[in-house]
Amino acid sequence: MIIANNINKQFGKLRALDNVSITCNKGECIALIGPNGSGKTTFIKCILGMVVCDSGFITFNGKNILHNWQYRADIGYMPQIGRYPDNMTIGQVLDMMKDIRNKNGVQLDEELVKQFGLDQLLNKRMRTLSGGTRQKVSASLAFLFNPGVLILDEPTAGLDPVAAEILKEKIIAEKAKGKLILITSHVLSELDELVTQVIYMQDGKLCFHKNINDLRADTGEEKLSRAIASVMLKKQGTK
Amino acid sequence: MKKIIKYVIIDILRSRIILAYTFFLLLLSFTIFNLEDNSAKGLLSLLNIILIIVPLMSILFSAIYVYNSAEFLELLVSQPLKRNTIWLSIFAGLACSLALAFFIGVGIPVLLYEFTPTGLTMLGVGLLLSVIFVAIALLATVKTRDKAKGIGVAILLWLYFSLLFDGLVLFILFQFADYPLEKAMIGISAFNPIDLGRILVLLKMEVSALMGYTGAVFKDFFGTAAGFIIAVMVLILWIILPAWLSTRKFNRKDL
Repeated sequence: MIIANNINKQFGKLRALDNVSITCNKGECIALIGPNGSGKTTFIKCILGMVVCDSGFITFNGKNILHNWQYRADIGYMPQIGRYPDNMTIGQVLDMMKDIRNKNGVQLDEELVKQFGLDQLLNKRMRTLSGGTRQKVSASLAFLFNPGVLILDEPTAGLDPVAAEILKEKIIAEKAKGKLILITSHVLSELDELVTQVIYMQDGKLCFHKNINDLRADTGEEKLSRAIASVMLKKQGTK
Repeated sequence: MKKIIKYVIIDILRSRIILAYTFFLLLLSFTIFNLEDNSAKGLLSLLNIILIIVPLMSILFSAIYVYNSAEFLELLVSQPLKRNTIWLSIFAGLACSLALAFFIGVGIPVLLYEFTPTGLTMLGVGLLLSVIFVAIALLATVKTRDKAKGIGVAILLWLYFSLLFDGLVLFILFQFADYPLEKAMIGISAFNPIDLGRILVLLKMEVSALMGYTGAVFKDFFGTAAGFIIAVMVLILWIILPAWLSTRKFNRKDL
């Protein structure tokens, strides 16, 4: 469970996060949506400790994450653009992550590795991979250690339709296990079957955090993409 | 931490630049020792070349490596690892690789041809300088986000330590030529690890007699065991201080 309380983050003159307070509970699959530059990735990086907030605090399972690093053992993160050492092969990257992270002998979840066909490509260097294949590696790493929380930044961007379906099935399966899943995406049609709650951000501020059924009722739209579009238009109208 | 150091070293050794550097140093040392009949003279020539090349290679290679590994660092920072551990592992990996390259490239010829206190001092100074300039490179790279600017800063720092500093010191010496500055020179030399290293090695050789009054004062201080130890400790401080500062900055950096 993640609680963010009054987080502020400024990069020079840009106010990336403006008094954001969000609570995420287990068992939910939350869509983090907003226009480009609204602070979604910055918020995720604050949760992961990659960016340190100017003020406010974030707790993970009750403990403040500031100066803490062990909590990340329970988080699986899939970045928007996967960055890996060029000269390492896929097999070496997977081995290195297992080496670094697998201290308690937790049962590994290599389902995605097999389903994406990465076990056939273990000897290919990261430098030679296409962007989509690199995303597949990122996705496999996120799920590999069976974490309780999954944070996926644009998970299906760059994946071919088959891989995107495989990933969606995996997300649904993990959701059924009661994990907390946080997804940022612009491809709202894919999120329709997945999410239970929606967080909408704009200009670094939290606009709303609703149950998806409430959102559908409020906007009168069934499809998530139409619902969000009507919200965005309303916001533009009042600007 | 040892695991990450292992991966860093494997990654570094895969880039053949370190191997080329080792081979180059080996070739250089053997050539110099074979050209001179007097191996002490050979040592002097070797010293001057090493005092230029080793800091340059250390600072440039480390800076380029850290910038190229920005992605690797981002990957590690999102894992359950302390930032300290990650940064110091990169430092240790770079320091070990460069020190090892120096030890093989110069150490072996020195051990073969000139196994004397002078030769051993030069070996020690070279190893220390390799590590010092890795630490300085890490400090420069952690503060500079842009790769091109960061590498430029690294080159400027090398230029400062190897050339500009000595120029500045000579300038001050000439300006204050009427004052007895010898003791102050000892203090000033602590601000440049290259100079400190050079003094340590030169004083072990007979050529120190040629340095005149200044040489005598230096010999009076650095020639003694206490002075030598103090100098070595200052060099070690030159490793610890930049490394500590860069780690502190890395712990707070936004990635």
